[in-house]
Amino acid sequence: MSKFIQKITRSQLFLPIVALILVLVFNVIKTPTFFKITIMNGTLYGFIIDIINRASELVILAIGMTVVVASSAGTDISVGAVAAVSAAIICYSLGPSQEAYQVPYLVGISLGLLGGVLCGIWNGFLVAKMKIQPMVATLILYTAGRGIAQLICAGQIIHVEKTDYRLLGSFLPGVPFPTPVFVAILVVFITWAMLRYTALGMYIQAVGINSKAGRLVGINSSMIIFLTYIYCGLCSGISGSIMSSRIAACDANNIGLNYELDAILAVALGGNSLGGGKFSLAGSVIGAITIQALTTSLYAMQVTADQLPIYKAIVVVIIVAIQSSEFKKWFSNLKRKHAIKAEAAS
Amino acid sequence: MKKFVSMLVCVLIFASLFAMTVSAADLITVGYAQIGAESDWRTANTESFKSTFTEENGFKLIFDDAQQKQENQIKAIRNFIQQEVDYIVLAPIVETGWETVLGEAKEAGIPVILSDRQIKVTDDSLYVAWVGGNFLQEGYNAVEWLDGYLKENGRENEDINIVLLQGTIGSSAQVGRTEGVEKLLADRPKYHLLAKQTGEFTQAKGQEVMESFLKSYDDIDVVIAENDDMGYGAMEAIKAAGKVPGKDIIMISYDSGRRAFEKVIAGELNVTVECNPLHGPRVAEIIKKLEAGETVDKIQYVDEGVFDIKNAAEILPTRTY
Repeated sequence: MSKFIQKITRSQLFLPIVALILVLVFNVIKTPTFFKITIMNGTLYGFIIDIINRASELVILAIGMTVVVASSAGTDISVGAVAAVSAAIICYSLGPSQEAYQVPYLVGISLGLLGGVLCGIWNGFLVAKMKIQPMVATLILYTAGRGIAQLICAGQIIHVEKTDYRLLGSFLPGVPFPTPVFVAILVVFITWAMLRYTALGMYIQAVGINSKAGRLVGINSSMIIFLTYIYCGLCSGISGSIMSSRIAACDANNIGLNYELDAILAVALGGNSLGGGKFSLAGSVIGAITIQALTTSLYAMQVTADQLPIYKAIVVVIIVAIQSSEFKKWFSNLKRKHAIKAEAAS
Repeated sequence: MKKFVSMLVCVLIFASLFAMTVSAADLITVGYAQIGAESDWRTANTESFKSTFTEENGFKLIFDDAQQKQENQIKAIRNFIQQEVDYIVLAPIVETGWETVLGEAKEAGIPVILSDRQIKVTDDSLYVAWVGGNFLQEGYNAVEWLDGYLKENGRENEDINIVLLQGTIGSSAQVGRTEGVEKLLADRPKYHLLAKQTGEFTQAKGQEVMESFLKSYDDIDVVIAENDDMGYGAMEAIKAAGKVPGKDIIMISYDSGRRAFEKVIAGELNVTVECNPLHGPRVAEIIKKLEAGETVDKIQYVDEGVFDIKNAAEILPTRTY
C-alpha cells in the first residue's frame, strides 16, 4: 500500500494535479455554487465549463511550447504574436461581409494556419540552422509579429460579421459542449498519438537531453528541433483562430497578448523541466487548466482588479515553490530530522 | 567664363533656397508625436489632425507614429526640436518621464500642447495646454443618462443592480470614468454596484469577465463598460446566458465609434457615451490664439455627447470613425 502511495506521490503529475485540486477546493469554500452546472439554451453553463472552455487556447499553446522546450531547452516567446498574425490573416481573408465570406471558410482558416506554420519555419530556421538562442531568435517575431498583424489589418480591428464565424469559439448547434474544448482535445490527442506511436517522442527527448549525443547515434538533431518549432507555430495558429472566433474579430494589439508567458508557466506548472529533455504533455495540459482555473476563480471570488495580479503571483509562487527540488530536499530533510528526534525521544 | 557660370549657379541655388524658406515660413510647422495606430479611436484622432493641419489652413504637419513606445516619442520630439518646428503636439503614451525632453523643447522656445492623455510633471510650464476628454464628466454622463432612461420607463423606484467593466487599471480613462460613475452611484441609494472588474479595454476580456459576473449574480440590471469593445464582449456573454442585451440588461458603453452607433440602432446597446477623438480643430484654435499673442486655458475639454436610440440614427451618417 505504502509503495503504491509512494509511486503516486513520486509521479511527475502528482504535484500539478494537487495544485489544481487545491485551487478548485478553495473555490468551493469561497463560492459554494462554483461546481454548479446548469443547461442554458441547450448548452452547459457554469464556472467549471468556463474554465475548460477558456483554457482551450492555452492548452493548445502549451502543447506546442512543451515540444519546443523539450527539444531545444529554450522557449518560444513569439506564440502570442504568431496567434495574432494567424487571426489577422483569417479575418482579412474572410472579410467583414455579413452575407458571405470572401474566400471559403476552410480556405481562410488554412491560410491563417499556414501563416502560423511559416512563422514556425522562420523560428525553427533561426534556432535549428543558425543556432541562435531560442529566446533571442523568437524575440524577433515577438516584437515584429504584432506589427505584421497590424499591417495585415491596416491598423484597424477587422470584424467578421457572418455569424457562423463564431461557431469555432462558441457552440456548434445541438452540441452542449463549447467547440474550443473539442479542438483542444483533438490537438492533445493527435500530439500524444504522434509522440507515442512514432519514434518522434523519443527523438525529441534524446535531442533535448544532449543534441550532440543524439546526432552521434544518428538522429538529425537540427531537423527535430526545426520540426518542433514548426509544430509550435501551427499550435499558435490554431489557438489564434479560436481567439479571433470568440470575438468574431481580429484585434491585432490584444489577441494572444501575454499568452507566451502563460504558456511557459503552464509547461513549468506541469512539472516539466525548462532545461529540455523529459517532458509530459499531460502535465502541461493540467498546468494550463490550473492557470485558467485560477483566473476564473479570482473573478468568481470578486477580487478587485487592482489586487488580481497579486493573488495570481502568490499562488504561482507557492505552486512553483512546492515543485522545486530544493524545497523537496528541504522538506524531506525536515521530515528526517523530525523522525530522528522522535526516535531519540522514545 | 567658367567661374562666372559657377557663381551664377551658386547664386541661383541660394536664391531658390531663400525663396523656399520664405514660402515655408508662411506656414506654421507643427510636429505631432502620436502614440500609434492602436484602435479606431486613435485612427480617427490621427485623421482629425491630418485633415485640420493642412497647407490650405496655413499649417505644415510633421506626423510621427511612435508605435506604442515612449522612447520613439522622445526621439520624435528631439527631431522636431532639431527641425525647428513652431509647435509640438504630444499624445503621451504614459504619464511619467517627460521632464527632460519637454525641458529641451522649452529651452528651444517651442510650445508643447498635449492631446488626449495627461502627464505628471513637477513643472507645469513645460506645456502650454492640454486638450482631451473629460473622463470624470463621462462617468457622470452615464449615470445621469441612466436616471433619465429609468424615469422614462417608469422604473425609477426599482432597485437597480449595476456591474462595471473597467478599462486597463491606472489609465486615465479608467480612473476618471470609474470615479465619475462611483461618485454618482454613491448618492443614489436605489443603485447598487454589485461588482467591478477590469476587462482591459478588450472585447475578449470583457466577455470573459461578464461571463463570470452573470454566474455570480442572477439579477444584473445594468452593465457599464468603459469602452465599446468590452461592451461588445459583454453582449456576447449575455446572449450566451440566454438573455437579451439592451432589453433584459441595460447596456452602457463608452467611446461612440461607428459600430457602437449601429449597435444602438439595432437595440443591443442602450447608450454610448462619447469620448471625442477629434482634437485637431481645438488644437488649431489654441495655436491660432498663441500666434495672435493671446493666452489660452491650460486645460481644455472637447465637447462630448451621449448617444442613444433617440439621436443615434441621425448622427451615424456624419460619423467618420
